[in-house]
Amino acid sequence: MAKFHSLYTSIAVRGPDEPGIPLADDEFGRVGGAWHSRWLGRIGEMQVLPTYLGATGIASLVCGFIAIEIIGLNMWASVNWNPLIFIKMLPFLSLEPPPPKYGLSLPPLEDGGWWLAAGFFLTAAILLWWVRMYRRARALKMGTHVAWCFASAIWLYLVLGFIRPLIMGCWCEAVPFGVISHLNWTATFSVRYGNLFYDPFHMLSIVFLYGSTMLFAMHAGTILAVARFGGERETQDIVDRGTGQERAALFWRWTMGFNATFESIHRWTFWFATLTTLCGGIGILITGTIVDNWYLWGVEHGIAPEYPQVGGLPDGPPPKVVIDMRQRAATPPGASR
Amino acid sequence: MPMLSYEPKYRVSGGTLVGGDLFDFWIGPFYVGFFGVASAFFATLGTALIIYGAAMGPTWALFRISIDPPPISYGLHMAPLREGGLWQIITVCALGAFVSWALRQVEICRKLGMGYHVPIGFSAAIFAYVALVVIRPVLLGAWGYGFPYGIMSHLDWVSNVGYQYLHFHYNPAHMLAVSFFFTTTFALGLHGGEILAAANPGHGESVKYGEHESVYFRDTIGYSIGELGIHRLGLFLAINAGVWSAVCMIISGPFWTHGWPYWWNWWLSIPIWSHL
Repeated sequence: MAKFHSLYTSIAVRGPDEPGIPLADDEFGRVGGAWHSRWLGRIGEMQVLPTYLGATGIASLVCGFIAIEIIGLNMWASVNWNPLIFIKMLPFLSLEPPPPKYGLSLPPLEDGGWWLAAGFFLTAAILLWWVRMYRRARALKMGTHVAWCFASAIWLYLVLGFIRPLIMGCWCEAVPFGVISHLNWTATFSVRYGNLFYDPFHMLSIVFLYGSTMLFAMHAGTILAVARFGGERETQDIVDRGTGQERAALFWRWTMGFNATFESIHRWTFWFATLTTLCGGIGILITGTIVDNWYLWGVEHGIAPEYPQVGGLPDGPPPKVVIDMRQRAATPPGASR
Repeated sequence: MPMLSYEPKYRVSGGTLVGGDLFDFWIGPFYVGFFGVASAFFATLGTALIIYGAAMGPTWALFRISIDPPPISYGLHMAPLREGGLWQIITVCALGAFVSWALRQVEICRKLGMGYHVPIGFSAAIFAYVALVVIRPVLLGAWGYGFPYGIMSHLDWVSNVGYQYLHFHYNPAHMLAVSFFFTTTFALGLHGGEILAAANPGHGESVKYGEHESVYFRDTIGYSIGELGIHRLGLFLAINAGVWSAVCMIISGPFWTHGWPYWWNWWLSIPIWSHL
C-alpha cells in the first residue's frame, strides 16, 4: 500500500475503458478511442481519450491554429525564411504590436496588422474555449466553477492585450508575441512605471500566486498523506466523512489551530487561484491609466522606505547621453522607419 | 476550547521524535510536543527582536520597517547588534522556528498515522529561505548578501539583485521557477473549481463524484489525471516552484557573475548555426 501512495507508483491500475457519461441526443459525439499509457499511470489515470468534439471546440482549435500560424510565419519571414536561423533565433523572434503612430487605427499588415490579426484569432480561440468549458459543465450537470476561474485568467489576458491599450489609446501598449520579447515587455513595463513592486494590486497578485503554491503543497501533501485511508475520494468525503478527512482536519487543527473541511479547502484554493489573475489584471489596468509612477505613489502614501544617501554617485547621466535622449524624444514616432 | 466531535478518539499519546511523553499534550487545539516548545521559543524571540529592531529604527510605519543584514565588510563574522547582528540572530530564530515547525508536523503525522508529505513539501520552502540567507551569503563570503526583513525593503532587495544581473527573466532557473508557480496556480484553480463543481452542481441536481470529474476533463482537454494523480501533480509542481526559486538565486553570483542575457550565448554559438 505504501508503495502505491508515494509520489508515483509502479502499480498502474488498468480497469475497463470508461466511455464517459452518455450524451444527449442534440450533442456532438466524442472522438478518439481510449488508449492507455503506462507512464501516465505512474502518477495518475492511464486512460487518454475519448474527448468531446463540439462546435465551439472545433472553432476554437481553428482560431488557435490560425493565430499560431500568423505568429510563426511572421517570425519565419523576419529571418528571410531561413529554417536554420528560424530555429536558432526562435526564442528571440517576435511579432510586435503596431508602432505608436497608428494609435487605435488599423495598421498595414506588415507594420503591426499581423499582430492585430493574431491577437483577434487568439482571443477568439480563448473565448470559444471558455464557452466549451462552461457548456461541458452544464451538459454533465455540474457546477461551472472551473469556467469562472478560467474567466479570471482571461480577464488578465484581455487587460494586457485589449482593455488597457484601448484606454491608453494605442495598440502599441499591448504585449508582443514572442518568448523573450514578452519578458522584455514585462521588465520594461515595470521600469517605465517606477517599479511594479510598489503597485498594491501587483503585491496582492503575488501574494495569491505564492499563496496558491503554498496551499497546493499543503492540500496535495495532506491528501497524499491520508490516501492510505481513501482520503483522495474528496467528493465522497464531503458528503460522507471518513477517517481520511478526520485525520486530515486534525493534522491542521493540531498544527495551526484551524482546519478547513474537504469542501472549504477547495473554496480556499479556488479563490486563491482566481484572485491571482483578478488582482493582477487590476494592477495592470491602473498602471499608466491612473498611476504614472508606482515608486512616487509609494512615497506619497508612506510605504517607500527611507534609504541613507550614498556618497560618490554622479548627479545624473553624462551630458552626451542626455543630449542624445532629448534628440530621440524630439523625433516623431516612426520617423526612422 | 471544545474539541471536534470525533477528536477525542484521535488524541492518543505516542509518536514523538524527542522528549518521550514530556511534552506530549495539547493546549486548546494546538499540539505541543518538544518541537512545539522549540517553535514557540524561536518564534517569540525572533518576533521580539524584530520589534526591538523596529524600535531602534527610524519608523513605526509598517511598510517601511526594515531589519537589515550587516554591511558586506563584516564578511561571515558576527556583527554588532545595531549593524546587522540583530538580523543574524533573527535569522537563527527563523531557521529554528521553521525547522521545529516541520518536525512538529512530522510528530503530528506519526500520531495520526499519516504520510510525511506535508513536512516534505514545507521543507522545500525552508530550503528556498536557507538558500537566500545562508547558502548564497556563505558562497559569496558575507552575510550582507542576505535579504533585509521588511515589507518594502525585501521587495527593493529583489529589484536591486535582479538588475545587478541586468535582466533576471533571462535566468533559466528563474524561468523554470516562474513557470512552476504559474502552472501550480493554474492546476490549483482547475482542481478547486472541479471539486466545487462536483459538490455544488446547482439547484435540484445530485452531487457528482469521481466519474463525472474525470469525464469533464477528458471531454474538454482529452485527459483526466484522476483524484490521486492531481494531488501527486500538485505537490510535484509546488515543490518544484520552491526548489527552482532556490536554485535560481544560488547560481546568481556564486556561479554566474555576468548579466543573465549573456548566459544564452551558448545557444547562439552552437556549431551548426554559429556562423549564421
